[in-house]
Amino acid sequence: MKYMLLIYGNEEAFNSIGAEALAELIRETDALNQELFESGELVGAYGVADEVNTKMVRVTGGTPVVTDGPYAEAKEFLGSFMIVDCDGLDRALEIAARAPSARHWGVEVRPLMHEANVGP
Amino acid sequence: MTGWQAVRRLVPEVLGVLVRRYGRFDACEDAVQEALVAAAAQWPVEGWPENPRAWLVTVASRRLADQVRSDVARRRREEADALRTLPAGGEVEAGDDTLTLLFLCCHPALTPSSQVALTLRAVGGLSTAEIARAFLVPEATMAQRISRAKHRIKAAGAGFELPPAAEQAARLGVVLHVVYLVFNEGYTATSGTQLVRAELTAEAIRLARELHRLVPGDGEVAGLLALLLLTDARRPARTAPDGSLVPLSEQDRTLWDTEAIAEGVALVTGALSRGPIGPYQLQAAIAAVHDEAPTAGATDWPQILALYTVLERVAPNPAVTLNRAVAVAEVHGPAAGLALLDALSADERLSASHHLLSVRAHLQEMAGDHEAARAGYRAAARRTTSEPERRHLLTRAARLG
Repeated sequence: MKYMLLIYGNEEAFNSIGAEALAELIRETDALNQELFESGELVGAYGVADEVNTKMVRVTGGTPVVTDGPYAEAKEFLGSFMIVDCDGLDRALEIAARAPSARHWGVEVRPLMHEANVGP
Repeated sequence: MTGWQAVRRLVPEVLGVLVRRYGRFDACEDAVQEALVAAAAQWPVEGWPENPRAWLVTVASRRLADQVRSDVARRRREEADALRTLPAGGEVEAGDDTLTLLFLCCHPALTPSSQVALTLRAVGGLSTAEIARAFLVPEATMAQRISRAKHRIKAAGAGFELPPAAEQAARLGVVLHVVYLVFNEGYTATSGTQLVRAELTAEAIRLARELHRLVPGDGEVAGLLALLLLTDARRPARTAPDGSLVPLSEQDRTLWDTEAIAEGVALVTGALSRGPIGPYQLQAAIAAVHDEAPTAGATDWPQILALYTVLERVAPNPAVTLNRAVAVAEVHGPAAGLALLDALSADERLSASHHLLSVRAHLQEMAGDHEAARAGYRAAARRTTSEPERRHLLTRAARLG
């Protein structure tokens, strides 16, 4: 089962915890990613660029219109995301709890739609 | 069967020879994969060897020796890791090796997804890239999963031998489940990587056949093979041209594979007459009743209901009860089925599941309560995490206006 972990955190949040805590957070995040890669559960982990780089795309009358907003709330809080492929929700929640952001801002766990019907 | 499929079937045999000769399952498994890659590159150009199995054993042994030498050079390996030679006459029947390999790949120290991946590679002969494609994950992820699985087996101290007799029944149960998972993964895919995934169902059926050959007296092994054949027989009819799922009741039965049905029916009939009866045999028997009905209307629902009642006793599980509710509705009317579902709603595992919601909506539709059914299908569609199923449920809701 694949899960997307939306890891909360933004520039403001990163700046609010102090240099030492931030360095520790980065170390911990790298270590967790490495561990999940080695276990064969990591599909991908991606830091999301700062909100100043965010664009909004809407197609109106067949023409794509690219603007700087307005956005849903995601640009405000999304620090990074990862996709894991693991043996179920319990394991996905366990991984989410290991992400440092879970202590600071929170991690949203969302099942990804998959191609196969799994048994109940 | 293509030549390459035949070559793939040699994998457990070749791997067995190597592990017996040199120990070190993990390193041997890599070497066999490398030999396969070499074969794929050389044989089409230089022609096929007279004895493909011997060629693979030789090349894999050389790769292994190279690897050991470079390891020694790099890290001055322990004496214990040096190559051991095989005592004379040590080669054994390949069949024994396949079973030993299956037990090893389905070692209880591994997670189900690791068991599946390792089985496909070490017994199925699929490459890491093929397995990764089938499961829609990056190749690097799958490579790690397989290598981690091999480390786990090593750490658990599992040797290349059959588990003790007392453990074999339980371990065989795990092997059957892994084969079932492989099949399910391939069977329920409807888009994207269709071809690769159809290969998974073929591979699962091949593994089940192999198991049936190795333990012909086991009713559950025969039951699993029958279940896979009887289910796969419907594959040509279960997707519409646009890729959407076609439910059993609406399938064009002339598209079903009659040969597979005949074989499945014979297998399950034989197994049931020998006993003891287990869940795979019962599920196969249910599939056989469906497959033998010339039209959906001719389905022998009382027989299916009787089988689900036994299955619920043998292997109680909420999913079985849900299916029994559908059979009850077909035999005694939707109100009786809905009453059974109400009893189930108390079950925490089920109350929030899309299965319960979709079965209830189905029975409400049967009862003519279209408004409740439509809301139910939509609620089920929100809950499911399966893309084909979500589309199917939304379509059912839309059909009700």
